[in-house]
Amino acid sequence: MKKLLLVVIALFCMGSLLFAEETVNTINSGDTAWVLISAALVMLMTPGLAFFYGGMVKKKNILSILMQCFTILAIVSVQWVLFGYSLSFGKGNGFIGFFEWAGLKNIGLGSGPYSDTIPHLIFIMFQAMFAIITPALIIGTFVERMKFPFFILFTILWATLIYDPICHWVWAKDGWLAAKGALDFAGGTVVHINAGISALVMALLIGKRKNTTLGPTPHNLAFTLLGTALLWFGWFGFNAGSALAANGLAANAFMVTNTAASAAALSWIIVEWIFAGKPTTLGMATGAVAGLVAITPASGFVDIFGSILIGLIVSPVCYFMITIVKSMFKYDDALDVFGVHGIGGIVGALLTGVFANPSINGIGKGVLFGNLNQLWIQFLSIIAVIAYSAIGTFIIFKVLNVFVKARVDEKEEALGLDLSEHNERAYTLIE
Amino acid sequence: MKLIIAIIQPHMLENVKKELYSRDVNLLSVNEVIGHGRQKGVTEMYRGHRETGNMLRKIRLEIAVNDNFVKPTVEAIITGARTGELGDGKIFILPLEECIRIRTGETGRVAIG
Repeated sequence: MKKLLLVVIALFCMGSLLFAEETVNTINSGDTAWVLISAALVMLMTPGLAFFYGGMVKKKNILSILMQCFTILAIVSVQWVLFGYSLSFGKGNGFIGFFEWAGLKNIGLGSGPYSDTIPHLIFIMFQAMFAIITPALIIGTFVERMKFPFFILFTILWATLIYDPICHWVWAKDGWLAAKGALDFAGGTVVHINAGISALVMALLIGKRKNTTLGPTPHNLAFTLLGTALLWFGWFGFNAGSALAANGLAANAFMVTNTAASAAALSWIIVEWIFAGKPTTLGMATGAVAGLVAITPASGFVDIFGSILIGLIVSPVCYFMITIVKSMFKYDDALDVFGVHGIGGIVGALLTGVFANPSINGIGKGVLFGNLNQLWIQFLSIIAVIAYSAIGTFIIFKVLNVFVKARVDEKEEALGLDLSEHNERAYTLIE
Repeated sequence: MKLIIAIIQPHMLENVKKELYSRDVNLLSVNEVIGHGRQKGVTEMYRGHRETGNMLRKIRLEIAVNDNFVKPTVEAIITGARTGELGDGKIFILPLEECIRIRTGETGRVAIG
């Protein structure tokens, strides 16, 4: 019996050795190391986002935010390896991938079709972190009032029916927007516009928080700034990791990411100082995140000049949406997912079509370099994502709401979700 | 016996304590409270959305004293907490029906001191 086991183990090892020998040749250890680290950096963004959002809610609701972010991390991680990755990146039609890689079968340890120099598995994990943070962004709109069971079902359906197809359109080999030449280096349309538009629809469907203004009601802005730091740090993996290699393109993405975030933080401070009287920490943090959002699609295409302008432009636009437009239409996008990610993403996607410099990346040539058509392609990709994301989210909400209650009742909302949904409190009054 | 309740500015607490100790008033309890008087609190602004009527932080003192200590206690609080600006606070004096020391079961005058 023991002998037999040894033989089996030996055969198994030989098999994997043989397999490894076939494919190991093109793998580059520098590229692989960088994408491994980048995947870990992007993973940290979701807990970072939890603190960014958590500081902006009332103290009776912070655990519900942390719980939702970590639950999404858990749910989408499993969904991704079971079928999410295959739907997003597998061979299929222009709209969606089929099930060839469901359960990660036929993957192996070698490189995959999306890069010759890194193992296919680490590409899958890197992309998993994007699939995780996108639904996590949306929760900022419905904080302090959603039932936890509804949230879980919504997350599973949204990840599968909205994220996976849009990811396929833009990034898969056979995606229809990829074929049209839409430029989205690290997820301006797939992640930010997608999440932002869904958030706006959710805000309209779930309704306003009780007894509060339309702004966030922060209980601990130090958490929000800590979260901003973690997001900014993780974003280097998000953008520079999207080069899928440790090369000059990654270095450029790293540089323009940091520059745009800084320029946007500065322009937010200036705008707020002029129009609201005082510069605020929340404003500075919001500006930095808006800058990071806007540079995301552009980070593999624009130069330093483009990144400064993108950063300077995005904050005033987002500020206008959050203060003037939101007050005008009175939708309770509580933590401004639409205002920062949706609008910031649209600004970034359009400006990518303007500032894309072919000397940075040969496949991107913007209006400033004589290619007017790129702006039209960017516009088309934005409209396609907005339409699909809005309609899809609306249908998911309406159908789910027939079976499960979306919103907590008034008593639960007053009690706070930490107690009503999780039987816990973050801060005790009596030790 | 009286119960003296005073609302004062947080940064004046140390001053008030010093004045109380110098008049031999050594027993007090302190709460952090929020509220506002005629000045209507502070304005907070989050992402451009104005929130008015927000509360100011204050300190609330509770001191139970025998009748002969009422005057020195009030003097101590006024001396320690007055700046002359709006928001210095208020003192309330209430009759106190009974006082019982838990450790010994003593009541009345002896229990307070």
